[in-house]
Amino acid sequence: MKPTTTNSQSVNSTVGGVWRPPRLYLGSLSWLGILPFFVFSALFLIGPTLLLAYRSLEGPQGGLTLDNYRLLVTDTVVNAYGMSIRISLTSAILGGLIGFLIAWAISMGGLPRPLRSITGTFSGVASNFAGVPLAAAYIFTLGRVGVVTALFEVFGVDLYRSGFSLYSFAGLTIVYMYFQIPLMVLVILPALDGLKREWREAAENLGASPGQYWRHVALPVLIPSIMGTMILLFGNAFGAHATAYALTGGLFNLATLLIGQQISGDVLHNPGLGYAVAMGMVMIMAFSILVYSILQRRSERWLR
Amino acid sequence: MTITTAPTSVAVKEQTTRASVRKNRFWSWVIFVVGALYFLVPLAATFYWSLRAEKDTLGFEAYRRLFADANFLPSFSESIVNAVAAILISLLLIVPTAYWVTLRLPKLRQVVEFITLLPFVIPAVVLALALIRLYSRPPLLLTATYDSSRILLVCVYAALSFPYMFRAVDNGLRAMDVRALTEAAQSLGAGWPTILLQVIFPNLRVALLSGALLTFAIVIGELTIALFMAQHTLGPYMANLTRSKVYEPSAMAIVAFAITWAAMGIIQLIGRGQQGQIAGGH
Repeated sequence: MKPTTTNSQSVNSTVGGVWRPPRLYLGSLSWLGILPFFVFSALFLIGPTLLLAYRSLEGPQGGLTLDNYRLLVTDTVVNAYGMSIRISLTSAILGGLIGFLIAWAISMGGLPRPLRSITGTFSGVASNFAGVPLAAAYIFTLGRVGVVTALFEVFGVDLYRSGFSLYSFAGLTIVYMYFQIPLMVLVILPALDGLKREWREAAENLGASPGQYWRHVALPVLIPSIMGTMILLFGNAFGAHATAYALTGGLFNLATLLIGQQISGDVLHNPGLGYAVAMGMVMIMAFSILVYSILQRRSERWLR
Repeated sequence: MTITTAPTSVAVKEQTTRASVRKNRFWSWVIFVVGALYFLVPLAATFYWSLRAEKDTLGFEAYRRLFADANFLPSFSESIVNAVAAILISLLLIVPTAYWVTLRLPKLRQVVEFITLLPFVIPAVVLALALIRLYSRPPLLLTATYDSSRILLVCVYAALSFPYMFRAVDNGLRAMDVRALTEAAQSLGAGWPTILLQVIFPNLRVALLSGALLTFAIVIGELTIALFMAQHTLGPYMANLTRSKVYEPSAMAIVAFAITWAAMGIIQLIGRGQQGQIAGGH
């Protein structure tokens, strides 16, 4: 590798035809190559977020303080976060389990091969089919006049009389699962493919039953991947705004919707608190992505 | 003794394996059918509603009304222009950066990768809040007029596409020998623009196209940021439609699903089963 590096450097300095020593020239040029990317990211991702972080630490009369974060225990905020966390956890765990089962069924359950590629493509579509169209689809399915609601009525069950609502914890969880399950399928399929045939054969030759193979070989290898992806799903649901907004008109008690209300008109009557709520979300998201990547790296040790 | 037990135990094991394969297949079908129902019923229900706009007959009246709506096509075309602009900006930023990081600055790879993942860490609504606070007063006043807000929106969309674009381009670069190609081009006297445009870009066609299509699928119906920047794009239009009309939203959902399906189908087709997507923009 070394000779090529020196070679390319010398070629470069002759092509560039400059008077500076090649090393220095390369150094400055290297930085210029990715400068636009850094400037752009600073303007539209990093800068705004840093401003938010700064504002969340600012008191009403200026000066740095943690007061805004102390105020996070306000009822409105706690309720909104609580609902967000409940929906995200439920949809992540259920979506993760169901997604895992589907991935298992199409990868090693002995189904015809075309089903696998169809499910793969469909998962790509469904995991990106979110926001307003998804909300609309569910209004026509499980809304007050939805097709499934009507079907239940035919069988004598009035869903909305018996306490179900699409615009509730249960409803939103069902809707979110529509993008959670396919995401699980997409991320976990490669992990399932990574289970080596030899492991199973070795286990069988040593007299292990299929149950023992799963309990002692396959699952221990897969657990980091499964857990990691579920955490990814948690973050995926936690940050979701468009779907919930389209479904409830933005008036449901959810962390993302609360921030939305804060943008349109300071509903918390305290801008600083709004920034703290937003930064709290960023921290939870950062935490979940971090744990996901750690667990993912861990599972890659086996599943290469 | 040993001679007789060995074959029988093998036979018994084979029998149990075959039985467990059959049991597996049964449960696989159960899981698959239940899963398929969960995913297809909402689509079928929406499609059914979209055919019912005319009394007593099934027909495409809802679609006709949707396309005849004075606001639909303008907002749709505005979203398409925004998406294409965002894709171009993203390509112009990510391709040189990924190339440069691969070739010259491997030490900065982790930093760049971290930055491209930021859109996953910052929820769209939080980013909207942050952007509005940063760009709604001088010296960085960008939300004053509709057009300047639109520029801001397009730039943010480009930033939102970073995770997908970087991943796609990075995978593409890994699949070829960047260093050898660059050196070959240089020794033939090519400058950097020529190398990027005529050597690297063509070799990345598949990766770029899948990154672009994924970005398109995510950006075309984006609601959150467009909503708070008061843009008349497809996302806010669809949200408004869902609240105000009865049948048109179903036709719209079907059209949106078809667009997503087309984008993903092409990615699948050109990438032959490559998977580079993580969901976003909910």
